[in-house]
Amino acid sequence: MSGPVRLETRGLDALYGDFAAVKDVSLRFPANRVHALIGPSGCGKSTFLRTLNRMHETVPGAWIKGQVLLDGEDVYARGVSPIQLRRRVGMVFQKPTPFPFMSIADNVAAGLRIDRSLDKSRIAEIVERSLRRAALWDEVKDRLGASAMGLSGGQQQRLCLARSIAPEPEVILLDEPTASLDPQGTQRIEELVFELKEEFTIVIVTHNMQQAARVSDTTTFFYLGAMVEHGETKQIFTAPREERTEAYITGRFG
Amino acid sequence: MISRRALRRGKSRVMVGLMGVAVLVAILPLFLILASLVIEGASSLSISFFVNRPAPVGETGGGVAHAILGTLMIVGVASAVGIPLGVAAGIYCSEYRGTRLAWVTRFVADVLNGTPSIVVGLLAWTWVVATQKHFSALAGSIALAFLMVPMVMRTTEELVRLVPDSLREAALALGYPRWRTTLVVVLRTALPGIVTGSLLAVARVAGETAPLLFTALGSEYFSFDMDRPMAALPLVVYKYATGPYPEWHKLAWTASLVLILVVLVLNVAARLATRQRFDRA
Repeated sequence: MSGPVRLETRGLDALYGDFAAVKDVSLRFPANRVHALIGPSGCGKSTFLRTLNRMHETVPGAWIKGQVLLDGEDVYARGVSPIQLRRRVGMVFQKPTPFPFMSIADNVAAGLRIDRSLDKSRIAEIVERSLRRAALWDEVKDRLGASAMGLSGGQQQRLCLARSIAPEPEVILLDEPTASLDPQGTQRIEELVFELKEEFTIVIVTHNMQQAARVSDTTTFFYLGAMVEHGETKQIFTAPREERTEAYITGRFG
Repeated sequence: MISRRALRRGKSRVMVGLMGVAVLVAILPLFLILASLVIEGASSLSISFFVNRPAPVGETGGGVAHAILGTLMIVGVASAVGIPLGVAAGIYCSEYRGTRLAWVTRFVADVLNGTPSIVVGLLAWTWVVATQKHFSALAGSIALAFLMVPMVMRTTEELVRLVPDSLREAALALGYPRWRTTLVVVLRTALPGIVTGSLLAVARVAGETAPLLFTALGSEYFSFDMDRPMAALPLVVYKYATGPYPEWHKLAWTASLVLILVVLVLNVAARLATRQRFDRA
């Protein structure tokens, strides 16, 4: 592993009331890499992902123990605003979530308009660049003012990707971003993930092991809320150290 | 012997036919009402009916312009108070649905929804008319606002609840503060439905007579003063319909038709104003 550590967790527990969905996870995510989180349903990988931008705490009764460090600073420290944090750590969800009442361009600009007073031409510039980076520009450049709901599922998901990269976050969290897409849409997203790591640090939760193997540099295997194994993707998939990891990636359970 | 296929098709036809009959029965009263309004009222409809005050008894002509203005003002003020309150309460009850206050609010709203409108009128009389010692349009507006709040609140609550959580999460994950997520994303997504619900409430209270009888009272003159008695279309209908002269009965029909037209125009206008605008793709 190389590069500075962008994101790190130390002894992190994520709980819903008394139930610990994630137990004692310490991980380091170096910058400009793609990090995959794999494991069977309910293993806590999505919950873990949601602690990284403090979305976990938006669920009633949810709380954490331990630390999450972004560029060395604890994001759960007193005085850190989760709102400011989420502008530095973007997120794309399982199902595309374009805002139905906004046009394509307005969707991309949604995160830019929160409190910054950027002028129109600057916003238009960022919208175009974000759509280009999400490989959607050529498909929508003639209908930026049209409803985002007219796009296909795959296009909507790339739109959501464009929306989350427009405010220039440092980290992008992807929560099973291709779970609702067809193979073509999945391929486009995977190619994008590969390109976007030039500029961002990416953490992706996936059910699809081929996907993890294709796009990621490091892989972490979760089971029953605990981190079982973490390492270079190649090593995890060719020479797992843990028996449970091997059982999972060869399809014997989960 | 009939084939299974034919039997199934026959059953399907019978059921679809029954549903068609049910639809007809449901919309028949509406068409009967509209038809009798047009038949009885349309003949007296004229420009003068929309621009003039009533003529003295015995003279022909005259109109209900004072009552159209009165209804617009009384209902306008009631809406300006009732709709924001109802929408805000509805959002609270949906976004903070687990709280005790939400439960109590919902219960009170349901009781208020079932309260006869004349009781609400009586309340406005006690609070406003009796303390001020004179009738006023404002008292009528207050009574109507009381009727609107629970209606608007319940529709808003239902519609806000329909906004998928994934949209709230998407906004929060972009760095929207909670209040902005609710206001910009949740409210905006539910807006078309909230507009429809509010319009239904406006239409309903625009036709209310009982709460206005001893609040706005009615008047024969043009008035912009909310602190004085004011005419309203339902009051005009009530007065003319229960009056002794056949011409009055005819005027009552025409005024009813005008009331329906006013509600219709308000509906169309509000829908045009809040329509979603997108470029053609």
